[in-house]
Amino acid sequence: MNAVLTVAGKEFRDDFRNRWTVALTILFALLALGIAWFGSAAAGRVGFTSFDATLASLTTLGAFVIPLIGLLIAYDAIVGERDDGTLLLMLSYPLSRGQLVAGKFLGHCGALAAATLVGFGLAVAIMQWMQPPAQTLQAWLHIGRFILSASLLGACFVGLACLISVQTADKSRAAGLALIGWLASVVLFDLALLALLVVSGGNPVERAVYPYLLLLNPVDVFRLVNLTALGDGAGNDLLTGMTAHHGYPPLLLGLVMLAWAVLPFAWALFAFRRKEV
Amino acid sequence: MNHAIEFEALAKRYGALAALDGISACVPRGRVIGLLGHNGAGKSTLIKLILGLIAPSGGRLEVLGQSPWRAHALRRRIGYLPENATFYASLSGRELLDYLARLKQAPRGQVAALLERVGLAHAADRRIGTYSKGMRQRLGLAQALLGSPELVLLDEPTTGLDPQASRELYRIVGELRADGRSVLLSSHLLAELEPHIDGALILRQGRLLAAGSLDALGEQAALPARLLLRPREDAASGLLVRLDARGLPALLRPDGLLELQVPRAGKLPVLRELLADPAVADLDVREPTLAQLYDWLGAGQHSMAEACA
Repeated sequence: MNAVLTVAGKEFRDDFRNRWTVALTILFALLALGIAWFGSAAAGRVGFTSFDATLASLTTLGAFVIPLIGLLIAYDAIVGERDDGTLLLMLSYPLSRGQLVAGKFLGHCGALAAATLVGFGLAVAIMQWMQPPAQTLQAWLHIGRFILSASLLGACFVGLACLISVQTADKSRAAGLALIGWLASVVLFDLALLALLVVSGGNPVERAVYPYLLLLNPVDVFRLVNLTALGDGAGNDLLTGMTAHHGYPPLLLGLVMLAWAVLPFAWALFAFRRKEV
Repeated sequence: MNHAIEFEALAKRYGALAALDGISACVPRGRVIGLLGHNGAGKSTLIKLILGLIAPSGGRLEVLGQSPWRAHALRRRIGYLPENATFYASLSGRELLDYLARLKQAPRGQVAALLERVGLAHAADRRIGTYSKGMRQRLGLAQALLGSPELVLLDEPTTGLDPQASRELYRIVGELRADGRSVLLSSHLLAELEPHIDGALILRQGRLLAAGSLDALGEQAALPARLLLRPREDAASGLLVRLDARGLPALLRPDGLLELQVPRAGKLPVLRELLADPAVADLDVREPTLAQLYDWLGAGQHSMAEACA
C-alpha cells in the first residue's frame, strides 16, 4: 500500500505542477460564479439566484469538461513512461505492476477530485460571502452529490485513460484514442440514442428499454444523478424527454456510477498484469 | 550461495522467436562482469529476466539465491540503470531520488550523499529537463545505488558520455567491486570496457558464446599476440626474409613497421630472438583484445560456455 501511495502522491503533485488541474480548478470556480451571477439574465435580472439552477448548468458543463480533463491528465500514464524509457526503471523497483497502475489512478483521481472540490467550493464560498441565499439542507445535499458524482465521473475517465495507456504502443495513438473516447461518450452516444428513439417511433416496449440504455454511458449517469434530483425545469431535453415517466431509484444510480468509476480501472489493471514489457 | 546470478538452460521465447535459447552460466559475487553482444543478441531479455519483469519460458534462474519472477522484495537488493532513460523532466534530481528512495524503502539520508558521489550536488535542485546527457546518466547511476544494492545492473551506462564522464563512471564501478558488490555491465564499447571488468558473458542470437574470466577466455581462445617491429634503416627487407625463413611471415605496413602474429605458446622464444636481432630498433607486443576475442567468437562456431563468468 505504501508504494501505491508514494506513486499516487507523485502523480497528484505532477498534475498540479503541469497546470491542467489548476486550470480546471479556476475554470470550475469561474464557471460556477459566472453561471450563478448571470444565470437569470434572460429573466431580466442579474445576481446570485439559487444553487439548484447553478448546479443544473454546472452539470451540463461538467459532463463535457470532466471527462476531457480526466482523459488528458492520464492518457500517458503508462505509455508515456514507456516512451521516456522510465517504465522499465519503475518496474525494476520493489512494486508490482498493479501497484504502479493503482498509484497512478489514485493520484490522478485525487487531483481531479481536489480540483472539483476546491474550484466549486471556492465558488460556493464566494456566493455565500457576497449574497447569502437562504440555504436549505436539500441544497447542501445537492452540492455534495454534485461534487461526489463529478469525482466518480472523473475516476471513470481516468480509469479509461489508464486502460488506453496500457494498451497502446505510443503516446500519439493514446491521445487519439482518448479523444475518440471523449467524443463517443459525450456527443455520439446521445446522438445515437436520439436517432434510435426517432426511428423506433412510439413502440412501448422499446421506450421502456431506453432509460436503461442511458446507464451504459457514465456521462449520462452523471447527468441523471444530478438532474433528476434537481427536479423539473433543471434537466436537459434528452434526459427529461426520455425519462419523464421513469423514476430511477437513487441507490441504483449511485451503484451504477460507482461501477463505472471502478470498471475501466479494473480492466486496465488486469490488462497491464498480462502485458509483456 | 556463491553466485550473484546463476542460470541453467534458461530460455525465453516470443512465439517462434527464441530470444534466449537455453543458456547456462553464472556471475560470481563481488565481480564486475561484462554482458556483451550485438543488438538482438538477447542482452535486454536477460536483464529483464534477472529483474523478474518477464517469466522464463524454460530453465532455471536464481538471482541472489532466489527466483526473481515477480519477486518484488528481491528488487530492493538490486540496482538497475536502464539504457537511455530520460527520467521525469519536470522533477529536480533531488526530488527524483527522494521519490525513488521512498519506493525502495532506502534511507532518505542516502540521497544527498549519492548526489555528491556522482558529482551532481551542485545541480540537485535543478529540473532534470535542463540536465545534459552525461548528468542524466550520472543521476541514473545514483538511483541504481539507492539502498546499497548487492547486485547492480548497468545497461550501456557510458553511451553518450564524454571520456572523462566514462572514467568517473568506471571509478564508481571499481568502488562497488571494492565494496564486495556484484556488477553486470552491458556494453558494446569493448575496448573501453576491457580494463574494468573481471569476466564476460558473450551472447549472440540468443546463445551464449562464451562465459568466463577474461584470462580464462583468452587462454581458451588461444588467439595469437601481435608483434610490431621497427627495423633499423635499410634493414627491413633483410629482416622480412629472415622472419619468413623462420616460419613467421610478416607484413610491411605503410608506416614502415613490420607486423607479425605469434602463437600464444611460442611467444617468448620469438621475443628473445627478436630482441637479440640487431636489425630490430624497437618492438611492441599487442596482446589479443576483448574486441578480437569477440570477433573471433562471432566469426566461427566456437563456444566456450562451460565456465562461470
